[in-house]
Amino acid sequence: MRHSHPTSEELQALIDAQMHLEGPLLPILHAIQEACGHVPEAALPLIAETLNLSRAEVHGVMSFYHDFRKAPAGRHVVKICRAEACQSMGANALSEAVLDKLGIGWGGTTPDGRVTVEAVYCLGLCACAPAAMVGERLIARADVARIDAELEGAA
Amino acid sequence: MKIWVPMDSAAKALGAEAVVAAIRAEAETRGVEVEIARNGSRGMIWLEPLVEVETPEGRMAYGPMTPADVSALFEDGHEKALGLTDELDWMKRQTRLTFARCGLTDPLSLPQYEALGGLAGLRRAIGMKAEEIIDEVKLSGLRGRGGAGFPTGIKWDTVRMAHADRKYIVCNADEGDSGTFADRMIIEGDPFCLIEGMAIAGIGCHAEKGFVYLRSEYPDAIAVLGRAIEIARAAGVLGADVLGSGHAFDMEVRVGAGAYVCGEETSLLNSLEGKRGVVRAKPPLPALEGAFGKPTVVNNVISLATVPVIFEKGAEHYANFGLGRSKGTIPLQIAGNVRHGGLFETAFGMSLGQIVEDLGGGTASGRAVKAVQVGGPLGAYLSPEQFDTPFGYEEFDGQGALIGHAGLVVFDDSADMLGMARFAMEFCAVESCGKCTPCRIGAVRGVETLDRIAAGDASAIPLLTDLCETMQDGSLCALGGFTPYPVMSALRLFPEEFGAVREAAE
Ligand SMILES: Cc1cc2nc3c(=O)[nH]c(=O)nc-3n(C[C@H](O)[C@H](O)[C@H](O)COP(=O)(O)O)c2cc1C
Ligand code: SF4
Ligand code: FES
Ligand code: FES
Repeated sequence: MRHSHPTSEELQALIDAQMHLEGPLLPILHAIQEACGHVPEAALPLIAETLNLSRAEVHGVMSFYHDFRKAPAGRHVVKICRAEACQSMGANALSEAVLDKLGIGWGGTTPDGRVTVEAVYCLGLCACAPAAMVGERLIARADVARIDAELEGAA
Repeated sequence: MKIWVPMDSAAKALGAEAVVAAIRAEAETRGVEVEIARNGSRGMIWLEPLVEVETPEGRMAYGPMTPADVSALFEDGHEKALGLTDELDWMKRQTRLTFARCGLTDPLSLPQYEALGGLAGLRRAIGMKAEEIIDEVKLSGLRGRGGAGFPTGIKWDTVRMAHADRKYIVCNADEGDSGTFADRMIIEGDPFCLIEGMAIAGIGCHAEKGFVYLRSEYPDAIAVLGRAIEIARAAGVLGADVLGSGHAFDMEVRVGAGAYVCGEETSLLNSLEGKRGVVRAKPPLPALEGAFGKPTVVNNVISLATVPVIFEKGAEHYANFGLGRSKGTIPLQIAGNVRHGGLFETAFGMSLGQIVEDLGGGTASGRAVKAVQVGGPLGAYLSPEQFDTPFGYEEFDGQGALIGHAGLVVFDDSADMLGMARFAMEFCAVESCGKCTPCRIGAVRGVETLDRIAAGDASAIPLLTDLCETMQDGSLCALGGFTPYPVMSALRLFPEEFGAVREAAE
């Protein structure tokens, strides 16, 4: 259940569900992103108030981490590994081909809102490189055709 | 008929689930009863998905399997039959201590875990005084497998002796280094082993709470470990009274958020506390003021997962393997452009050349090996001329290199070394926590300088060298401090690619 316009009650419930943890801020941000596909601006004051932090502090934490998105991504997120082991197996050419084909850059989303492509640094598939991820599915020895096929399948 | 198919994420990424579906369908068509069991990976990633069929002689291996190969599994003779898994050269040549059960056991079966020696170490530790537990770890010679190689027993002792109302065991499962996947493999393949190691650490250091900081890039590992913790808790391995010992220890998984620097232990602790993952100055040591200001052990997954076998077999047994001050075994992760990539656990001391050429079988492309980066993005490149270097902490240090988390990334002769040096600087710029100028600004300058060199301006080379020195001397942590390793080693080994003429050896 992903919806990008949660009510403040829904957001507060997501926050409260993590409050039993020591150091709950990252789990809260993860929970909201999991539910909403991004961390909506409206969540920040709620988090700040619940944790007794300033809004700037919450924003500072959120912006430090590559994972958290301020805006919803495309319907499908493709992550392509850019790290060394994947580069040794042609990751640069792969990502260039994928980005060219979609007509976007790193972190960009196609104009129809279908696909977002993000860089990732190592998926632990370094012995079967290059590696990519489409949604939750990992792809080893990735090539353009395999990534396309996953995107088709996920439609 | 019982068939094992790995649920390791590398196996899955290579099509294991499609093979499982094909086995189910084929069994149904043939009306044969098949039990499909799931295991971790045996580490022969080039053979994944590696399927095993149980026979009276032992488990027979087939791989790499595709759905089209499945039907022949039910008949005699198979073109992908490899023989008994245990008799394969790759398996026979290893000394599997930490990874003894990985690939053998069902990762989520506690009975299988125990039948294969699991929990014996924890039971022995429970019968010991905290001091004796620490002494055992010291005697084993175990050094941190996360990169710095600090003696684990000494770190534990500091935490044991610290006075505080709460202490923590934090497992560093951020595994951000390219070319490494040992943490992922053991968590997906034998998670109870990590849980047991952390429980022993807890009892030895009087800590009752553990955290595993696990990178978000590993969704499978997160799921498996979460499940294993629940099972362990239900069985009384974790909880208020660990195996009836009177000691309390429980743990939880915390998911990272895509910051490489959060693998650095103090940055990790800030992140765990819900702060920006900025590196903390030391002192205070995390062992004295760590998570939430309390004494904390921070150890890598492999360090902790090696503790059970040390207690099961005895510290001396462990310490008898290895080379000099690099005692015990190390799970080598052979990756990149290599024919036989995977995980191979062996005593320290094997030469780099043996690892790359003999175990790895040379490059996947069939071209010549140009360079091997050892120890992740902060590790140096080594050339085939350094292939006789034995794999050990001090031996690599002597080559101006490091072993890090023991990942080896092989490059063939098409590699663009100036491009790799530029990438190292770019990565440092992207991942810098921002606390110190040499790292934050230096890495950006490094990229610009390398672009100048790439454009043909060889006069920028001394600038690059100076910059690297500044980063090395003026950085608080190894992100800024060690990025010069890959950059300078690339320049030293392949000066012609930087437009510099190799200095005549006069
Ligand atoms: C930038 C940076 C990244 C690091 N990443 C990791 C990591 O992913 N996993 C890890 O165990 N140690 C990592 N370390 C090393 C840790 O700071 C620390 O030394 C280690 O977790 C201690 O555990 P050990 O003694 O068991 O090795 C990193 C260090 C730095 C400077
Ligand atoms: S060297 Fe870089 S990553 Fe490390 S503390 Fe300094 S700025 Fe942060
Ligand atoms: S470097 Fe790409 S998966 Fe590890
Ligand atoms: S991010 Fe704080 S110094 Fe730049």
